[in-house]
Amino acid sequence: MTGKNRQNYNKNYIAYVNSFDPPTKHLKNCFRAYMVGGFICCIGQFLREIFGNVFALNGDELASAVSIVLIFLGTLLTGLGVYDRIGRNAGAGSIVPITGFANSVASPAIEFKTEGLVYGMAAKMFVVAGPIIVFGVLAGTIVGLIYLFL
Amino acid sequence: MQTIVFKNKPRIVATGTIAGPKECAGVVGKYVDKALTDDMFGESTYEKAECKMLSYAMSKAMENAREREKDVDMLISGDLLNQIISASFAARDFDIPFLGVYGACSTLAEAYGLAATFIDGGYAKKIVAATGSHFSSAERQYRYPLELGNTRPPQSQWTVTGAGGAFIADMGVSNSDVAITSATFGKVVDFGITDVNNMGAAMAPDIGIIGI
Repeated sequence: MTGKNRQNYNKNYIAYVNSFDPPTKHLKNCFRAYMVGGFICCIGQFLREIFGNVFALNGDELASAVSIVLIFLGTLLTGLGVYDRIGRNAGAGSIVPITGFANSVASPAIEFKTEGLVYGMAAKMFVVAGPIIVFGVLAGTIVGLIYLFL
Repeated sequence: MQTIVFKNKPRIVATGTIAGPKECAGVVGKYVDKALTDDMFGESTYEKAECKMLSYAMSKAMENAREREKDVDMLISGDLLNQIISASFAARDFDIPFLGVYGACSTLAEAYGLAATFIDGGYAKKIVAATGSHFSSAERQYRYPLELGNTRPPQSQWTVTGAGGAFIADMGVSNSDVAITSATFGKVVDFGITDVNNMGAAMAPDIGIIGI
């Protein structure tokens, strides 16, 4: 709200509208997010055990292998049209893990495929994930600089 | 002059309507000319489907009014997409002068108001006024990709998948019982609603009335 528009801002109306919004069920939402998020983490841990014990991977290799498989699963479930249904119920539980990041890249890729491979899919692939990457890189750079001079 | 009273009372002769599967699951399904079972309407994209629905609504309105395309003086239409592309592309199917309008949810009322004004003033005798939208193309335009795993607040509203149009004519052409008697064009009133999921609340203060 800036400048001239400010005069129209109606606090009573906004309060009136908000009074009709059904209350958010925090406890239920938190429980669902905890269960689904926890389940995704369990899959990650399971993969970690497998890759560590069966394929004898360790350190960075192990972390990368687990991430790759989880990203693949997130993308696959997005393509199959399942991930958005999980997300509708799980909320942050399926958005925060790395599978959610995969979903945020894969879903616009599917959506904008109709606008062409280059100008559609490739160009619009990062409309949702873009800010995460920009501020992630920025935050990483700042933290890195602090470490450098400490 | 916010309100115009039409002395010659332009008539709504007939309508043409089409709606998607979710809309037709309820009572609306019984009243539309065509109830879709496939929200793609046999097209490859949602935008093309939206355009085809709009084109269907326009030609069905003419058909139901038993009028020929060459007798129609004007086509007034709009939709929700950029450059009102569905309406413009649907207008390619007709050899009729086209007037594109945009008013979001008020597009149809705006089209009716303008059509009645032209007819009442004697500048046109037969006008087809229509609008259409598609849930999936609107989601892409205004919100997030369909497959994104985000949550929808319970108060969020859904954009209609469907299109509708009316054949509006001078009282000399038709003696239909439905007439447009007056139109009140609303002002843009922004009370500060910023929730993209609650467009109804954002638009409620902007009231325009078409007297029918």
